Amino acid sequence: MRTAFIKELFELAKQDERIVLIVGDLGFGVVTPFMEQLPKQFLNAGVAEQNMTGMAAGMALSGKIALTYSIANFPTLRCLEHVRNDVCYHNANVKIVSVGGGFTYGAMGATHHAVEDIAVMRALPGLVVVAPGDPVEARAATRAVIAYHGPCYLRLGKAGEPVVHQSPIEFELGKAIRLREGKDVTLISTGGILLNVVRAAELLQKEGIQMRLLSMHTVKPLDTEAVLAAARETEAIFTIEEHSILGGLGSAVAEVLAEADGIKVPFKRIGLPSAFSPHIGSQEYMQECHGLTGEAIAKTVASALRTVTSGLVREGQ
Amino acid sequence: MTNEKQTNLPELAKRIRQHCVRMTGKANASHIGGALSAADLLAAIYGKALRYDPQRPDWPDRDRFIMSKGHACSALYAVLAESGYFPLERLETFYQNGSPLAGHVMHKNVPGVELSTGSLGHGLPVATGMAIAAKRDGRPSRIFCMISDGECDEGSVWEAALFAPHHKLDNLIVIVDYNKIQSLGAVKEVIDLDPLADKWRAFGWAVRELNGHDVHVVEEAVTQVPFEPGRPSCIVAHTVKGKGVSYMENKLLWHYRAPMGDDMTKALSELDGCE
Repeated sequence: MRTAFIKELFELAKQDERIVLIVGDLGFGVVTPFMEQLPKQFLNAGVAEQNMTGMAAGMALSGKIALTYSIANFPTLRCLEHVRNDVCYHNANVKIVSVGGGFTYGAMGATHHAVEDIAVMRALPGLVVVAPGDPVEARAATRAVIAYHGPCYLRLGKAGEPVVHQSPIEFELGKAIRLREGKDVTLISTGGILLNVVRAAELLQKEGIQMRLLSMHTVKPLDTEAVLAAARETEAIFTIEEHSILGGLGSAVAEVLAEADGIKVPFKRIGLPSAFSPHIGSQEYMQECHGLTGEAIAKTVASALRTVTSGLVREGQ
Repeated sequence: MTNEKQTNLPELAKRIRQHCVRMTGKANASHIGGALSAADLLAAIYGKALRYDPQRPDWPDRDRFIMSKGHACSALYAVLAESGYFPLERLETFYQNGSPLAGHVMHKNVPGVELSTGSLGHGLPVATGMAIAAKRDGRPSRIFCMISDGECDEGSVWEAALFAPHHKLDNLIVIVDYNKIQSLGAVKEVIDLDPLADKWRAFGWAVRELNGHDVHVVEEAVTQVPFEPGRPSCIVAHTVKGKGVSYMENKLLWHYRAPMGDDMTKALSELDGCE
């Protein structure tokens, strides 16, 4: 995703000199071609995220399309009030880009686990929150946030994730992408966990459960139509995210379902508890520890469905 | 871009102070002390230094002024109204229900305000971004940013202070309204900043220390920026909290209390007599 982002941004920046990439002294090897070939559109703010974010707002208020770029929680939580006041309140054309969403940097320890970022960023007025699911979505999302005038948060994974979308996609901010159609259950995924969710859907399909699968790359504004359609047209909804179950995709979907008239659909959030992970390790290891592998997701879904079904049977008696 | 009213700087400063007293008094609002300490600085900046056009607040080549000490908003609103950005009568709505003139500097529906501030430590980073954007676009804009002394406790101020000299932003000017009193006491007792000018110098800024209440000295400084080509400029302005009203001067109380009733009458009569 990181590679897809920087390649796409480089192409866009060559065409549009308003684009400025501001990094927080991170991106070794990644941003080098950009830095060398577009020096007037590149800036290293140093290890100073508050100033990086404030400067991005100042540049945007002077006509630039300014991107801040760092890893994990640094461009979001570290400088949160600068994002809120300087960027969001002024509707400044700033794109906050974080590499390392979820457990991308799992082995680096809890400081580098970015698992509350969506919740926090989603709470800020006027901020579009995008977490693409694979490199194809990351590339399209990069184009989309640059084309959009206003503050955006782009949550990326790492470099080298497998491509999930084997055919071209139609990408629109605020519009979920349907990867699979089925009438029994809807799985809604955001961010890089998409690959595991696809795997889970395949496993469940083998058990005869027909899966609808949505990649909800934009968590805000949420595609409420897609959520409500899933509630009307399928028998249960699960959200999956490599993120706390507080405030992220699961909460956003729950808010829609709870307030919708006449909707009563079994629903479960699959994600992380609101706790610091006691583990460190590779992203795959962290996913195993937290029940977020394809197999574990499938198991959770199947088990929840059995509970729902037995409940329905009891109601029927 | 400047009108006759503004060429008389002591008169402009006096009018700013009178507006501040009326506004905060009527509104029962805090922060008159830090507004009065900034009045002469604002008069010199808006009266003589800043290139702006109130008819075209979005003019791309304008100079920008950022009031990072957002609590001193009454002084900024006053000088903006005096400079023709909006009618003076609007000042009467300060802090009232439904008014655009909030108790910290807010940009929504207030022409001439470049940045909403109120949480300290935000103005200088944004000003730095504006300065580097102007440099890269080859625009003549200079960016003036006023910060408070207490604000220098914020780390973000020093992040920008490190960055700007490295990038040779000589179109950036920071003015520290050094009135020596912050929210809970004397700056010296809360977190001593001295030697403040030396700190900015050590960070690579071209620094002048001056009496922030001698409008002509301030005028000379703000019209001579950059002090050194290739360096951002810093003015450490020694000021007095509550300047111009005898019973407010150097009193922490007037960070909070509003000049109402007899206090307002006395303040206005003192200001009326001053020159």
